[in-house]
This record gives sequence, C-alpha cells and structure tokens, in this order.
Amino acid sequence: MTHPDFLWRNPDPKPAYDVVIVGAGGHGLATAYYLARNHGITNVAVLEKGWLAGGNMARNTTVIRSNYLWDESAAIYEHSLKLWEGLSEELDYDLQFSQRGVLNLAHSLADVREARRRVNANRRSGVDAEWLDPDEVKKFCPIINVSERARYPVMGATLQRRGGIAKHDHVAWALARKADAYGIDLIQGCEVTGFEISGGRVLAVETSRGRIAAGKVALASAGHTSVLADQAGIRLPLQSHPLQALVSELLEPVLDCVVMSNAVHVYVSQAHKGELVMGAGIDSYNSYGQRGAFHVIEAQMAAALELFPLFSRVRVLRTWAGIVDVSPDASPIIGTTPVDGLYVNAGWGTGGFKATPGAGWVYAHTIAHGEPHPLAEPFALDRFTTGALIDEHGAAAVAH
Amino acid sequence: MLLIDCPHCGPRDEIEFRYGGQAGIAYPDTPGELTDTEWAAYVFLRDNPKGWFRERWFHVHGCRTWFTVDRHTVTHEFRQSP
Repeated sequence: MTHPDFLWRNPDPKPAYDVVIVGAGGHGLATAYYLARNHGITNVAVLEKGWLAGGNMARNTTVIRSNYLWDESAAIYEHSLKLWEGLSEELDYDLQFSQRGVLNLAHSLADVREARRRVNANRRSGVDAEWLDPDEVKKFCPIINVSERARYPVMGATLQRRGGIAKHDHVAWALARKADAYGIDLIQGCEVTGFEISGGRVLAVETSRGRIAAGKVALASAGHTSVLADQAGIRLPLQSHPLQALVSELLEPVLDCVVMSNAVHVYVSQAHKGELVMGAGIDSYNSYGQRGAFHVIEAQMAAALELFPLFSRVRVLRTWAGIVDVSPDASPIIGTTPVDGLYVNAGWGTGGFKATPGAGWVYAHTIAHGEPHPLAEPFALDRFTTGALIDEHGAAAVAH
Repeated sequence: MLLIDCPHCGPRDEIEFRYGGQAGIAYPDTPGELTDTEWAAYVFLRDNPKGWFRERWFHVHGCRTWFTVDRHTVTHEFRQSP
C-alpha cells in the first residue's frame, strides 16, 4: 500500500516574499488562495506556528449562516455564503457543505421581537429569512420540545434555509491544496516572534526559522492576534477568551438542521459522521489556555436537554476549547494598521468559520490594493474612534 | 473551574463570581479635554497579554466585594500581587 499523494508541499521558508500571511487557519489559507486566484499574487508564504488548520479551524462547530442584523454584516456574511455555495466545485473537493437550514430560537417576547426585526432586516438586505411559529418549528425540527411547560419555551424561531454546515478539515485541505498549486509556500512549525519595522513600515518578520523579508504582512491569527500586534507596537480592541464545544458519540441521523439558541447558550447540529456537535458561550475570563471550565459545559448540556429531551442518554465523547478574539461590538476588524504594510483580519470572535471564504476574499483584496475592499471598509479599526460601531451582539453575542 | 480567593470569604468556586476585566482602568481626570482617540482608548482598549494579567473579579453571589488579582492567562494560576 502506498501513501496517497500529499495535498501540499512542506517547503522551507525562502528569504523573502511579496506577502507573508501569519496563521494557516481557514482565514489565512483562504486569503492566500484568493491572493493568487483574484489578484495574481503568488509569491506568498503562509506561516503557521503549529500545524495547518490545527487551531480554531479544528475546533469550531462549522455553522454557516448570514442572517446578521446590520447591512454591513449582512453584506459580508452573505458574500461569504454565496462563495460557499460554489466552493466545493471551484476547489474540486467535497466540502460536505450542507444547506440544511439554521433555526435561531426565540424563548421570550423580547427574543420574538428581536428575531422578527432581524427577519425583516435580512429580507431587506437580500438575505433569505423566515419567521416560524412554534408549530412550524415543530414541523421543521420534530425533536425540539415546544411544550409550553418547557423551562425555555420555544415561542418561535427564525429560519435561514440556505444556512448549514460544512466539513472544516476538508475546507482547510481544499484551500491549502489550491494555494499550494499556485506556488504559495505553506510553512508549518514556523512561529512569528517579532517584526522588523523601520520608518513606520514593516520590512520582515522574525520567526523561529529565521528572518523572512516581506513586502506586506497580513495577520490571520485569531485568538493570538493581540500577542502579535503587541510585538508590532499596535494595541487592538480585542480580548481573548476560551470558547468550548463538544461532540457526542456517533448516532443514527436524528437532527437534520442546525438549531441555535442565544438565550440559553447552546447550538447543535449533527455532523455527517453522526456525532452531535454542540457549542457553548465563551468562558468569562481572558485566557490563552485552550481549555475552559466544566460548569460552562454543564450549563450548555442542561439547556440542550431542555430543548431536546431525546438526548438525555447521549454520551459526550470529548470536549475542547479554542481561543477566540472578541471585539467590543462583536464584529471583525479588517484592514490596514498604523504600521505601513501590516494588515489585520481579527476579532471574528465566536463566528469566524462561516466567514472563511468571504474574509479571505476581502482581505486578499485589501492586501493586494493597500486599501480596504468595499465590504471590509466598515470593519476598519478606526470605527472605535469614529463611533461607527457595527453592534452585532443580538445576532452574534454567544452563538455563531 | 477556577478556585478564586475572595479577600473576604476565602477560596470559592468561580461560578460565584463575575469577571471584571483588566484592573486599574481609571476614569479620565479631565474628560472634557480628551480627544476621540483618547476616549476610544479609555472605552475600548484593554491589555490582552499571554501571561500574567492584573484583573478584577466581583463576588456577585457572595459578599459582593470587587477585588483585584494577578492571574496567568495560560496556566490560570493566581499569585500574590507583587
């Protein structure tokens, strides 16, 4: 038996690149891919301190949707969702992208008002959205407990039928294979330890494998962005928190949509392989420890069992945490920085996976042109000074 | 679950506390003279170190004391403030 073909080379770093991307997660790989595909920039390295897609790309719950409240968010997430819809074919790899529908449950009158407002806002933004009353929720997802006596009564739900899930590893591998085919170097085990900055311009990155000169440097480092930006003398409005998730043992098909509930801090889907994938809210404190506390899992399970009494005998297979970078308005920060040639794509918090192709698309444009892509412009760092925040706590606070 | 040493109640489980973020953020002395950039820094910018972090906790389900600790953001261990 022979080893199958490798999907990408494992090159040593060259002394210099036009663009160095820091972080080979979903966003870093998508950015590299679109730099080559859309802008013809292929003298690019993606540096990864660990292994490819081993950070949050391996730890997320793979929910994809675009039903955000504000126009700016709807535009960028919908752009991403449209890219998802053609991505398997484009990358010639089955991403197991499944548009099975995403329910966002409402448990109180306030939830109902917020959800109906969001449905209206979504439709105005060209995002598909429907309001379901409890009976319709029951028809769409029969195993949800919609009893009025439930601790968290289901008073309705929004439904985005085009939302769904994808297989995160396949996404990373497919993007990596295409980026590699364009000649882009994906360099694992190469940690960025500092930046060489002269006259306000970045010239190179210092790494665990030596100095690498760079025309431009693009951060795509999620929870560790603050640590890197600090080395470049930049303070960002980000706080890093653990975000926990878990999977159950493998089950027969039982749940054919994604169910999310912001109010009770849980979101559930069933992966193609059969395990239930559940995510929680963030642990409250700042941490880089890639682990969280059991009481968060316990509260999440209590909520899940109220919604799905059927799951009461399901066993948890494993739990884990990733480190997410949360911004003050629960929206990402994309664009230029006070250092010339240094770009940032961060602050995606608990919901970066769904944005993988969209973020890569607009970030690549921003890097290639030295100024923000129109969809990225509202997400610039200066919004915290101008006050033009994009407050998505309603659509994003806990569950993405 | 963190075991947090409340100065009044002693070591108690994390679920009794609410997190307060970075310690030592004082309201500006001369708020009328601040630029937008300085306001943005006061409102939105906080340290986010990988390592020791001086932070506030609130014993919300206990004695309701606010207090400051040093905690390591990778190991989660606490130490006496230097």
